Amino acid sequence: MSTFWSVFITVLVIAHLIGYALLLHGTSKMPAGSKIGETTGHVYDGDLEEYNNPLPRWWLWKFYLLIIFGFIYLALYPGLGSFKGLLGWSQYDQYAQDVAAAEERYGPLYEKLASIPIPELAKDPEAMQTGRRLFANNCAVCHGADARGAVGFPDLTDGVWLYGGTPEAIKTSILNGRHGVMPAWGATLGEEGVEQVAAYVYSLSGRSAPEHLTRPGAQKFATICAACHGIDGKGNQALGAPDLTAGVFMYGGSLEAIKTTIRDGRQGIMPAHRDILGEARAHIVAAYVYSLSAKEGDNHETGGGIVQ
Amino acid sequence: MEQTLAYNDKVIRQFTVMTVVWGIVGMLVGVYIAAQLYWPALNFDIPWLTFSRLRPLHTNAVIFAFGGCGLIATSLYVVQRTSGVPLFAPRLASFVFWGYQAVIVLAVITLPLGITQSKEYAELEWPIDILLAIVWVCYAIVFFGTIAKRKVKHIYVANWFYGAFIIAIALLHIVNNLAIPVSWTKSYPIYAGAVDAMVQWWYGHNAVGFFLTAGFLGMMYYFVPKQAARPVYSYRLSIVHFWALISIYMWAGPHHLHYTALPEWAQSVGMVFSLVLLAPSWGGMINGIMTLSGAWHKLRTDPILKFLIVSLSFYGMSTFEGPLMSIKTVNALSHYTDWTVGHVHAGALGWVGFITIGSLYYLIPRLFGRTSMYSTRLVEVHFWIATIGIVLYIASMWIAGVMQGLMWRAFNDDGTLTYSFVEALKATYPYYAVRLLGGVLYLSGMLIMAYNTWKTIFLPQRESEPVRAAAQQTA
Repeated sequence: MSTFWSVFITVLVIAHLIGYALLLHGTSKMPAGSKIGETTGHVYDGDLEEYNNPLPRWWLWKFYLLIIFGFIYLALYPGLGSFKGLLGWSQYDQYAQDVAAAEERYGPLYEKLASIPIPELAKDPEAMQTGRRLFANNCAVCHGADARGAVGFPDLTDGVWLYGGTPEAIKTSILNGRHGVMPAWGATLGEEGVEQVAAYVYSLSGRSAPEHLTRPGAQKFATICAACHGIDGKGNQALGAPDLTAGVFMYGGSLEAIKTTIRDGRQGIMPAHRDILGEARAHIVAAYVYSLSAKEGDNHETGGGIVQ
Repeated sequence: MEQTLAYNDKVIRQFTVMTVVWGIVGMLVGVYIAAQLYWPALNFDIPWLTFSRLRPLHTNAVIFAFGGCGLIATSLYVVQRTSGVPLFAPRLASFVFWGYQAVIVLAVITLPLGITQSKEYAELEWPIDILLAIVWVCYAIVFFGTIAKRKVKHIYVANWFYGAFIIAIALLHIVNNLAIPVSWTKSYPIYAGAVDAMVQWWYGHNAVGFFLTAGFLGMMYYFVPKQAARPVYSYRLSIVHFWALISIYMWAGPHHLHYTALPEWAQSVGMVFSLVLLAPSWGGMINGIMTLSGAWHKLRTDPILKFLIVSLSFYGMSTFEGPLMSIKTVNALSHYTDWTVGHVHAGALGWVGFITIGSLYYLIPRLFGRTSMYSTRLVEVHFWIATIGIVLYIASMWIAGVMQGLMWRAFNDDGTLTYSFVEALKATYPYYAVRLLGGVLYLSGMLIMAYNTWKTIFLPQRESEPVRAAAQQTA
């Protein structure tokens, strides 16, 4: 703030507060000889009159006290232009201090938990209680309080993974985020081609579709879609290309929804949480997410899901 | 002297009737969206009926249509009587009526269509803003023109407040709506970032200060002493609280932006002035309530006086609550919760609603040449139903708001938040039902008023009092 504006604000604020006090002082004095219950002598609309009673004392002093409080507050806190206030308080400092205090208090707990491997951590009920809360605070907005997702947001409990269900893959998804891109093929395939490929994809998850559509659809799939989804349609977790045979469709599995996906493409964004959660808390959330689908006897090496 | 005067009351009758009509429309929309908060399916997946589009329609309808028509009606009634002259430029006054109704109808059409500037209480897009600015300037010409040709030496205190309201609203409306149009239905404000937010809340809080406070204080200063048949308590108190009120309100806007990107000096100054504002606000309340000293017994039998005095009590309560909520420490709890909604409605239903309703009950028989309302008993019923409605509304929102604030800030031993957002929402759910009931009661009161008004106007006259000043229309 320039000196001019600082002085401008300071003068204006102080002048106003003093002005109210002067206004009060001037009006609270009754002219000599005036009495309570005497009207001003003005008469409006036949019978409208005004007494000229003195200001109620309690109200007058309340007003003065509020003005005095104003001066004290503006001496202590930032308000008068660039003057920082005698306490040196700032909302930014207060926030930084609160965060530092929280880090000091809770940091050791999270550091301790972060040193335990995820599969082991996932079996610790107390740690998973914390994980559940972190999930509710940060992840539930999109994935739902029960982690079962919604249209456009993957279900984290079904063991079907876009980027892999290993502890490391889940943690990487949380820390760095993911950006899944399904390109729009409408222009390339034409509406007829979209219909054929959609019918073929529809049939991949064990549902029946007219053969006159699936046959040319399969051919087109092999030339265009197989690059990412694989020749058998089982997807590629390195790219985040979904397995089309699993019967799990993040954007909907109806023929219409599949057509829309093929025609217009999709953008799936999981935001990076490294700066929001930090490494240690992300580790615990990863363990919680892992615990949602991991079952006894699952192969932890490849990700504990139904579909590898 | 006024026995022989021909006041121009046609435009006042029009505005008065529309006050009742728009009150019902605005409150009905409010009840509907309150029901949506309890039963979300009530928007039927129709975009025009979604909460986000109807909420601005509700606020615009109750503030600017109901409140605005009431203010224009009473101000033009009061300014003639207290100046001792008929209205200046009655044809222009007629334009003000039709122009103002056109603005409201355009709001009713465009807001559900989603055409909005996305500025709270200033949602209307630029062509409607320009129309409103023109209508408002004409209103100012009629009002101040009448004052200019007055036959009494002093300007009555009610007219100071009406005058401040008219001038300040013109200033606020124009400055906050400066925008660059890109089409007939879309524009971008000339301000950006924190400056835009500050201009918006300078406007927003002064809409409270000048539209919902100064204007209705003007109403109070005429109808309370008239109905009580007592002189105003203190002329000198009215001088202090008038000048202090209109000066301090201009500074109070930043309390809407505590703990945001708004520079800290602005937040502090906003908080200090908001606190000092308690004093002049209570000055108005004292002056109104103390006007009744020596006539307290009238409260027992006169439901119109009940409306007027209870409205002043709600005014005192909300203007105590407001400064309290502007304290940063309190605001850290109350901001973004339903406490704010409760606070606004204590002022809107209690103060603005009741002072308007009371004044209209005084006005309607006089405007239509009757000695009293069709049924005083129905006025009494209206009063009690509406009062119970307000109490249910604000009590439920207080509890819900404080509860939300406490739930949002609750921590566990591991530093995580105890509740997710949806858990706080779930806890609020029953209070939304109570609030809805409060709103339904308040709306029912308005329907009783509409029935009573209809009967008063259209039932054959029961007394043979001559229709004062109503016969002559041209001044």
